[in-house]
Order: sequence, then structure tokens, then C-alpha cells
Amino acid sequence: MNTLAEAWRWLTDPAHWSGDGGIAQRLVEHLWLTSVCLGLSCLIALPVALVLGHVGRGGALAVNLSHIGRAVPTFAVLVLLLLSPIGAYGSWPTVIALVLFAVPPLLVNAYTGMRGVDRDVVRAARGMGMTGRQMLLGVELPLALPLILTGVRIAAVQLVATATLAALAGGGGLGRIITAGFNLASTPQVVAGAALVAAFALAVEGLFVLGQRLAPAWARESG
Amino acid sequence: MAQPPDDCLARNEWICGEYLTTRRGILLDAVVQHLQLTGVSVLIALALAVPLALAARRWRWAAGPVLGLTTVLYAIPSLAMFSLLLPVYGLSAALVIAGLVLYSLTLLVRNILAGLRSVPEETRQAARGMGYGPLRLLLAVELPLALPAAMAGLRIATVSAVSLVTIGAIVGHGGLGNLIYSGMNTYFKAQVLTASALCVLIAVIADLLLLGAQRLATPWARAGAT
Repeated sequence: MNTLAEAWRWLTDPAHWSGDGGIAQRLVEHLWLTSVCLGLSCLIALPVALVLGHVGRGGALAVNLSHIGRAVPTFAVLVLLLLSPIGAYGSWPTVIALVLFAVPPLLVNAYTGMRGVDRDVVRAARGMGMTGRQMLLGVELPLALPLILTGVRIAAVQLVATATLAALAGGGGLGRIITAGFNLASTPQVVAGAALVAAFALAVEGLFVLGQRLAPAWARESG
Repeated sequence: MAQPPDDCLARNEWICGEYLTTRRGILLDAVVQHLQLTGVSVLIALALAVPLALAARRWRWAAGPVLGLTTVLYAIPSLAMFSLLLPVYGLSAALVIAGLVLYSLTLLVRNILAGLRSVPEETRQAARGMGYGPLRLLLAVELPLALPAAMAGLRIATVSAVSLVTIGAIVGHGGLGNLIYSGMNTYFKAQVLTASALCVLIAVIADLLLLGAQRLATPWARAGAT
């Protein structure tokens, strides 16, 4: 309990919040890194998953991708990219590694959501003379939205957690507080950093849950 | 002065046979440590997950807290998890194992519970009608039928654990992650690539072994396979 008290003291010390490398700066870096990666991953994964789900092909591909994705350590990808020529471009190795990590869950959930749409509804839409595009955007997408959003939520929370790895490779973000604590052999600082990241992840989760609560009824039910 | 040898190690190439032959001992040690950390943590997680899942199924009030707690544990980042456990375990292999156990727990509890819940009520009633007691019902009927879902969870947990062990490098107990970490600091390309490839290889082999075990343990599933 003593460590927790010291961690709390570390956390509430205003000197640790401001300035270069302070908590405030790391928080902004973390938020920036996570949002950029989440945005990029959605841009890549969602269109592919929607089209594949609409056509009804490539399910095995999506599932296998997510399985392979789990077997590849994000840390290894990060270091490999860092030592490759891409390593010369600032935070690109981190961004690429995190995007590679976030795409599979987005892909699988969006695909599953699209396939889970009641076939009778789709047939009815076709019978009403809707084109493929109208069906995709007007019928399947809204019905699949809850599962798609669940995928985005999972990806977002995992991104917040995994973005800490950037610090192992010298990047920014809240992970830096943890690694710095390790280097200083300062357990209170390590615990404080970990608590910050965990609180951040839970806050993101809570934000999504709140968003789904406030959303219209049909977008609410999460798979 | 002796000329430095002009091999792929000196040129720092990604793929290097010299590396494999000269550092075989180091690589082997790292692989063994990696396997030990993964195996021990998954086994401990399994030993904890089965009673937890059974409790969550048996007592309705237990399901919420068990699932909620394991989900919250899963949301804690691996780097942070290892650091939160630091005051308890210090810089040791036990720290890495404790972290991995907590991660695998979520996946295992969820899947075992889903498996148990998927056993049809008629099947249970039929077994009860045949005079099966609660224990025999559990061991001879429910657990075997829950096996496919449980094994799916075990496969995911094992594969994730193999990849998460690498983060243990921050406390010096990361198996192949140690080689990746030190390779990063010394810009040693062959070491990073070899260790990463071995990680993936271990994960794939472990997954295939578990899949094989599942097939052997559930012969009835193959008979009715579509």
C-alpha cells in the first residue's frame, strides 16, 4: 500500500505534469498517436470489410488475418520497422506497427456485422429494386453498425494500451513515463504511469459505451 | 592487426546464416525461456479459469463480477500490467508469468463459460434422467461438450501469450523478446529478424498442436463436420 501512496504523491505533484516530458505532454502525444492510428486503421479496414461483407466473400481471409495478427508480436514489428529504412521517418514505424495491429479486429467485426444482417431483409431490399450500392449503404451498413462500432471500440481500447510500446522503441506517449520509471528504478513512477494508461483505456471504453447509449435505438445493441 | 571478417554479421544483414551458427546457444536459451514462460502461465491461467467459469455458471450472481473483473484486467496494457505488478513480484520471471496469467484468464473464462452455456438443456436433462449425478454430469457430459469452445479460447490465449512474452524484455525476462530488445539497442538486424521469426514460428506450431489435440479429444465433432 505504501507504493500506491507514493505513486499517488508522484501523480499529484504539479511539477510532474508540466514542462518537457511532463504528464500533460505525454497525454497529448498518446491521444494524438492513438487517434491517428485509429483513423488510419478504420480508413483501411472498414471499406474493405464492408465490400467483402456485401459481396459475401473473403470471410476466411478476414478471420485468418486476425489469427495471424495475434501471433505476430507488435513489439517485434515495431523494432523491425525501426531498423528498416522506414525507421528514419520519425514516428512512422510506430504508426505502421499500430495500424497493422488494429486492422484485424476492425476487419473481423465489420465483416461479421455485415454477414449477420438478416438475409430476408436484404432480399426484400433487392425485391424493392435497390441497387447494390443502395443496399450496402442504406440497409446493410445501418444494421451492421452496432457490431462495427464494437470493433472500433475494441480497436481503440487496444490501441491506447498498445501505444505504450512506442516508448520501448524511444517514441512518445504515456509509455515513456513507465520506461523512464524503470530506468530510474522508481517504482512509484512506474505504477503512476501504468495507472494513467489504464485510466485512459477505461475512459475510452466508457466514452464508446456512453456514445452507444446516446445513439438511436437501432445502433444500440452491441454484439 | 587482423582484418575483420567480411561476412554477413560484419555487414549487418537482415538474414544471416553466420548468426544462426555462432549464436545457437543464445537462441536456444531464449527459445526455452520463451516456451517456459508461455507454458507455465497458460497452465496456471487454465487451472484458475475452469473453477471460475464453473462458479460463474453455477451461481448467477457470480457471473457478473467474474466476467467484469477479467474484462477490466484485459483492458490494462501489457507494459502497464507488468509495471503494476512490479511492487508485488519485483524484477523477476514471476512478474511476467503473473501478467500473462491475468491476460489469458479473460479469454479462457469467457470461452469456457460460453462452451458450458452452449450445452443444450435437453442433453443435461437426458443425462440426469439416466441417473447421472452432478459431478458425473459435469465430467462426462458438460465438459466434453464445452471442449470445442474452450479449446478455441485456449488457442487464442496461447498464441497471444507467445507474442506478449516479448514485452517481458523490459524486466529482462522476455525470452526471444530479450534478443529483440538488445538487437534494437545495438542495431543488430539479424538478431531482431531471427528472434521475431522464431516468435511467430512458436505461435504457429503451438496453435497447430492445440488444434491437433482438439481433434483427437473431440472425435464426434469430425463425424458430423460440415
